[in-house]
Amino acid sequence: MVKEIERAGIPVVHIATVVPISLTVGANRIVPAIGIPYPLGNPNLEFKAEKKLRRELVEKALKALQTEVDGQTVFE
Amino acid sequence: MSKLKVVHYINNFFAGIGGEEKADIPPREMQGFVGPGMALDKSFGDEAEIIATVVCGDSYYAENLEKAEADLLEMIKKYDADLFISGPAFNAGRYGVACGAIAKAVEEKLGIPSVTAMYEENPGVDMFKKDLYIMTTGNSAADMRKAVKKLGAFALKLANGDEIGTPEDEGYHVRGIRTNYFHEKRGAKRAVEMMLKKVNNLPYATEYEMPDFGNVTPMPAIMDLSDKKIALVTSGGVVPTDNPDRIESSSATKYGIYDISEYDSMPADKFTTIHGGYDRTYALQDINRVVPLDVMRDLEKEGVIGELADYYIATTGTGTSVGNARGFGEEYSKKLLADGVQAVIVTST
Repeated sequence: MVKEIERAGIPVVHIATVVPISLTVGANRIVPAIGIPYPLGNPNLEFKAEKKLRRELVEKALKALQTEVDGQTVFE
Repeated sequence: MSKLKVVHYINNFFAGIGGEEKADIPPREMQGFVGPGMALDKSFGDEAEIIATVVCGDSYYAENLEKAEADLLEMIKKYDADLFISGPAFNAGRYGVACGAIAKAVEEKLGIPSVTAMYEENPGVDMFKKDLYIMTTGNSAADMRKAVKKLGAFALKLANGDEIGTPEDEGYHVRGIRTNYFHEKRGAKRAVEMMLKKVNNLPYATEYEMPDFGNVTPMPAIMDLSDKKIALVTSGGVVPTDNPDRIESSSATKYGIYDISEYDSMPADKFTTIHGGYDRTYALQDINRVVPLDVMRDLEKEGVIGELADYYIATTGTGTSVGNARGFGEEYSKKLLADGVQAVIVTST
């Protein structure tokens, strides 16, 4: 899906837990997520800390959109 | 035992009828072997012989696909052959396509076992490897001697109905066809051996090649997001509680587009996840963990992003075929474009 969005001409970033899958299938901008059942969260954290973590991930994804890449890039 | 009868196809160049200037000659037939057919015939020993050679210019074939095929089939048919061979075409593109096309036609329409040979980058390989055995060759006729030997030996096996081994053992291009067979070692043992080789950096061969999904050119970066419209897409199976589109919990055949315009955060009583591939406990406690609406709204209010689309798009990623996923993406991207969405965040569990 990521690739088709990009092919259609819309910049796209993939926040994915299993980065090797994202790489195999061909996403160009990849942000590693936290865990499979909670890609943008961490149930072990207090709500505020968890939301901060989520925000950092989304900000990283926005940063990825603002970064030129010439091929598949993982934004650690 | 009488010799197997073989008909061989080559282009005008290999038949010694001029070069590029004669590439427009229509099909013709010649008795016995011609050009590379000589070595091929020799490689058969007493088992088979080339009784006729059919020739066509590559340009003529490419420009008259149907007529060339029909005329060639007519010529080939009357020899009542046991085996048909075309090429080798090496890296000659039009020749490779002609070799593949005529071999496929002979096999399918005349029921004669057919084989050809060409270099891996010849476009004929991708076009016909699913239909035919295509032997591998080097990229030029300098490889003729080796190529013909391999082609001849394999062709005999094919004509005799012998068991055909793997692409590696036989030297043909991978066709993407799986065959069951008994291995002397069980799967678990082979897997452990493979893993040990891998961790020791020793060469090993996978038994299940990942398909090549191809790449797409990255879009240029967006420097300023503060005036851009962004949409969220997820493969995490997040849907309204009643799953109105009946999206499957695995192997999805559909996706949904769901309104979030009135929410600042994903309400746990309005949305759920129907994804069958992960423990849903944590997503059900707080769906923002999969669709980060709360954070997106904050960023929207703060002006970091221009605006968030009124909806998000969801499907279930687990077990969903690449073909379906591609279709979903193709289809909803049109809507995203029409709605003026300028960037997308996809989240996957």
